[in-house]
Amino acid sequence: MQKTVDENYYKLLHELQAVDFVLVELNLYLDTHPGDANAIQQYNHYSQIRHQIAHKYESQYGPLKNFGQSYAGTPFNWIDAPWPWQV
Amino acid sequence: MWVYEKKLQYPVRVSKCDPMMAKFLLEQYGGADGELAAALRYLNQRYSIPDKVIGLLTDIGTEEFAHLEMIATMVYKLTKDATPDQLRAAGLGDHYVAHDNALFYQNASGVPWTAAYIQAKGDPIADLYEDIAAEEKARATYQWLIDITDDVDLQDGLKYLREREIVHSLRFREAVEILKEKRDEKKYY
Repeated sequence: MQKTVDENYYKLLHELQAVDFVLVELNLYLDTHPGDANAIQQYNHYSQIRHQIAHKYESQYGPLKNFGQSYAGTPFNWIDAPWPWQV
Repeated sequence: MWVYEKKLQYPVRVSKCDPMMAKFLLEQYGGADGELAAALRYLNQRYSIPDKVIGLLTDIGTEEFAHLEMIATMVYKLTKDATPDQLRAAGLGDHYVAHDNALFYQNASGVPWTAAYIQAKGDPIADLYEDIAAEEKARATYQWLIDITDDVDLQDGLKYLREREIVHSLRFREAVEILKEKRDEKKYY
């Protein structure tokens, strides 16, 4: 079942991708600089923002993660298209 | 374990059907320094590397799977509207008869992926030097891929991936220094 993706879908997706880029960069940096308290503070700050954006995205476009890491709708909407390569 | 997230790490767009470019991109899919090789190399090396760099190998290895999915998306989008004749003209006739429009872990020349591309030596410095070299080779390949296409949408995704190779290389270099410091202070791992 293919859900319609609108302009808002791409806007939210890009917001999520942007904050996740910040987080992956901070994560890899912290892997080799574990004592940088300022970077850890940034990491936790953006992790919280990430949580909010993901929640907003999932409430409109369905679960982002499998295995119970996201809440699912009825019928089970984890299996709904579009998949990432289809948008 | 791993959990899948239903999104790409970075948007992938292409501006035209271009099966020949898809063929070239397979170098980063199932090639010696491609994303599959990178992910499997780093995640497999974790079991014999000192604790201080296991986190880095886990995180970069995981990110490589996100890059593999981006390359797959590029290949998918560049070939999804191609006719058998167009695939043949792009040098993918032999691919078409074996796989139709399915993806296959092979390099740009059609050579299947092999574990012989990757190494785990049990020597942490040797393993990390291989990882740095792999990132630099992948960065170079991304540059050649950017140079060989005029599709600016595709180039955008490729430039992102090229930059990620640079960051990974830098982090692996830092990991080498961390291990050297440790070696010099304790004389053993």
